[in-house]
Amino acid sequence: MNARTVVAFVSGVLFSAGLVLSGMTHPAKVQGFLDVSGRWDPSLAFVMGGAIAVMAPIVALVRRRGRPLFDATLHEPKPKAIDGRLVGGSVLFGVGWGVGGLCPGPALVSLATGSLPIVAFVAAMLVGIWVVDRVSPSTT
Amino acid sequence: MTVDLASFTPVRSLAGGLLIGAASALLFAGSGRIAGITGVAAGLLPRSARADRSWRAAFALGLLGSAVLLALVAPTSMSAPAVSLPTLIVAGLLVGVGTRFANGCTSGHGVSGLSRLSPRSLVAVATFMLAAGLTVFVTHARGGGAQ
Repeated sequence: MNARTVVAFVSGVLFSAGLVLSGMTHPAKVQGFLDVSGRWDPSLAFVMGGAIAVMAPIVALVRRRGRPLFDATLHEPKPKAIDGRLVGGSVLFGVGWGVGGLCPGPALVSLATGSLPIVAFVAAMLVGIWVVDRVSPSTT
Repeated sequence: MTVDLASFTPVRSLAGGLLIGAASALLFAGSGRIAGITGVAAGLLPRSARADRSWRAAFALGLLGSAVLLALVAPTSMSAPAVSLPTLIVAGLLVGVGTRFANGCTSGHGVSGLSRLSPRSLVAVATFMLAAGLTVFVTHARGGGAQ
């Protein structure tokens, strides 16, 4: 097992713990954040704020170093245009997120409950991802 | 707008956010990879064109393994959405198709993309937050299931 595999595994463990601790695995809480017009629960702004507060300075440091610790190069996405695909896809995602209160990370983590609604949601999500990759794959 | 103080959990949510940030930072500093859930999932599906399956498999194993442990020790930390099964399946399809077209979700565009100061990610996050907010607003106004 090489260092990159260990790093990815530990990252997955921490990611899962963070999602659960933050409250993102409660769809009603997520919808309470999205619903600014009603009784607003600002908690999830703290999730995104906290995550970026850690990630942003590390990105700057690693970029200055030019390469990660255990690989020859960084694998950042190549800069691409802001196009209809990006905006349209984000609209569809936002509607689905608003309806279900689940985005992909918390949905995968919540599979651990074994609840049928979550399994159905994740199955549909994976079908959606798979179909787009077959029918209209990204050019990168 | 009123703030729902009964549900507000700033300390836990901030701590969770710091952990998510640490997870993303570890992956980027260690391997130069972006911790984007949609990208990880897409790369592991059958007949994926992507190389580099091994780190994605390790990440997914850590994510799901940890989730199983957390569900055992803290079963109330996860709950199912309060919407009907057919609605949820449509929502899942929208999330899958949408995040794939947009090339990222709350993790890849949100946490990592905004931290990388990516203009595309900023547009994506603003768009999906607005679309999600309007969707919850509309379903609540109609007295729908999203509560």
